[in-house]
Amino acid sequence: MTATVKKRKKLWKADEVVHPFRVIVHKEISDQVNSWRFIILLFIIGLTCFGSMYTALTNIGSAVQANDQEGNFLFLKLYTISDGTLPSFFVFISFLGPLLGISLGFDTVNSEQTKGTLSRLMSQPIHRDYLINAKFVSALTVISVLFFALGFLFMGLGIIITGLPPTPEEFWRVVFFILVSILYVAFWLNLAILFSVIFRQPATSALACIAVWLFLTVFYNLIVNLIAKAIAPSAMASTHQVFRYQEIIMTLMKILPGELYSDATTTILMPSVRSLGPLTMEQIVGAVPGPLPLGQSLLLVWPQLTGLIAATVFCFVLSYVTFMRREIRSR
Amino acid sequence: MAENIIELRDLTKKYGSFTAVDQLNLTIREGEIFGLLGPNGAGKTTTILMMLGLTDPTSGSVRVCGIDSTSSPTEVKKKVGYLPENVGFYEDMTGLQNLVFTGRLNAVTGNEAMEKAEELLEKVGLTEHSGKKTLKYSRGMLQRLGLADVLIKNPEIIILDEPTLGIDPAGVREFLDLIVRLSREQGITVLFCSHHLHQVQQVCDRVGIFVEGRLLASGDIQTLSENLFSGSPYTVEVGLRNPPQGYHDQNSARWLRDLLGNIEGVGKVSLNYGKYIVECRRDVAEEIAARVVEAGAGLNYLNKKEYGLDDIYHRYFEGRGNNE
Ligand SMILES: Nc1ncnc2c1ncn2[C@@H]1O[C@H](COP(=O)(O)OP(=O)(O)OP(=O)(O)O)[C@@H](O)[C@H]1O
Ligand SMILES: [Mg+2]
Repeated sequence: MTATVKKRKKLWKADEVVHPFRVIVHKEISDQVNSWRFIILLFIIGLTCFGSMYTALTNIGSAVQANDQEGNFLFLKLYTISDGTLPSFFVFISFLGPLLGISLGFDTVNSEQTKGTLSRLMSQPIHRDYLINAKFVSALTVISVLFFALGFLFMGLGIIITGLPPTPEEFWRVVFFILVSILYVAFWLNLAILFSVIFRQPATSALACIAVWLFLTVFYNLIVNLIAKAIAPSAMASTHQVFRYQEIIMTLMKILPGELYSDATTTILMPSVRSLGPLTMEQIVGAVPGPLPLGQSLLLVWPQLTGLIAATVFCFVLSYVTFMRREIRSR
Repeated sequence: MAENIIELRDLTKKYGSFTAVDQLNLTIREGEIFGLLGPNGAGKTTTILMMLGLTDPTSGSVRVCGIDSTSSPTEVKKKVGYLPENVGFYEDMTGLQNLVFTGRLNAVTGNEAMEKAEELLEKVGLTEHSGKKTLKYSRGMLQRLGLADVLIKNPEIIILDEPTLGIDPAGVREFLDLIVRLSREQGITVLFCSHHLHQVQQVCDRVGIFVEGRLLASGDIQTLSENLFSGSPYTVEVGLRNPPQGYHDQNSARWLRDLLGNIEGVGKVSLNYGKYIVECRRDVAEEIAARVVEAGAGLNYLNKKEYGLDDIYHRYFEGRGNNE
């Protein structure tokens, strides 16, 4: 008797009809949070977070002295400085983001298939896209909560240890930094979901994700360098030609999701960054050195954000289209 | 007259150049138990998937409860419970939690789902395992849980794909009984897919024989056997203790054929595992007995055989073998 009562209490909103989509999201979130994978990820991220906090705090003194124009954004330095032994917080996140996205998404659909639950789930009166949407939403929710918790934890520790309160502008910059980080992880999550729809085996899709990640972080740069060598203009080329050449190479380099992310976060966390492309002397001469206001920084990263969103949506649409017309057999 | 609750019209499914289901026409009436019988790879599962909109037909139409499954699968899935072959559950949830989850996907409140789930677990005999994670369930227990999972949405039609796989004999009997009872009491239409002739024969009102994507025949077992064995609807099995000297195996069959030759209606005689099979157009068991006793061959076995699904099935395969 008491056992039944206890079981009933555990149910979420037991006396209401909940929309099936929310039922799935709810189940997925609890699955994610209870899984070992999530606990391990949490451990890794917590560790890096405290590691970078430590380096930031030990180096903040020297950062203040060397600094001239950004002195009033001292708090943001916590997120960006390092002494070269351990990377700073935002570099860590740009490195761990893909890992997080991939590990939360690589077995989204294919594990349901191999466990034989997919055909049972798909024979319930729900739209097919509920499944991938719900999985995406739940993973994103988990990531968002995690990132906001970490970002604010970092902020709180910073306040306690340095005694510096962040200005409102710094606070909003940190919030935007977290939002951009979530967007970045969302891209990798969607890529992983796409591979989980395409490949039947979770191991294959994990491997495919890692291959893409490696390609983008290591080999892509190599290839661009090769191209750069091949199309380098001669020493006699006009300034215009050299400028065009620089522009092409820069575009090729900057089109990567990782670059888009690090450009965006650099601009948001370092208000002195004024441009993300090559500048001519004319543009630099006469410019007043000084930090950009938040609105201008955001305007500056607008292309990067659009690029990231576009890449995310592209992966999502691809997995959606692939999944909607797929034949669903058990196992 | 009962309504046609499932209607397939010229349904075709091609995988590349391979035709898995070929111009299938089939109607299933409300409230009946229909058995779809066919060997491996006949296209049974493919047909079911098309009924549920889980795969698109290459051509033709499927209507379930008057709704087109290809264009509005969600509506169909509200009314149809499907037990896939190799059903799987979320392994880190208990049997009860799995059922409640399915219940809630069907727009039922948590409390109702919980009540219904407990009731169904009792029905399929899993009450004592309801709090156990499905990871620890045996194959047959999973299959029973699968049936409960199908019933939790109060379906009008249930489609069972090889449902008795992995269940022990006593369990199979219970399982089949339960299906029949549900069908009779609640008027649920059942589509039962299997290659187990005896189980199908036990529970189904009508059967369809399905081979290589085509429906060879459908109807109740009586009609099927009448159509098939119209040439020789009766078979008498005869066992002899001492067949006459000098006659061995096939020759002794010929001897018996000669002996019975002038009885009107006797057809082919063959030897099968020590028993003589006499095919005849009318019931001549009595006359056969008299002749054999008269000849002093030591009659020790006489059996008038009625045709079952087994024979129907085999007959079809014989026919198929000859055509090829
Ligand atoms: N994705 C696919 N691509 C190509 N052929 C397929 C595909 N899926 C199934 N088939 C073929 O379609 C035919 C019908 O398969 P189906 O699963 O419907 O058989 P079945 O009647 O359910 O058999 P069983 O009794 O073994 O379950 C088989 O010959 C199979 O090889
Ligand atoms: Mg099958």
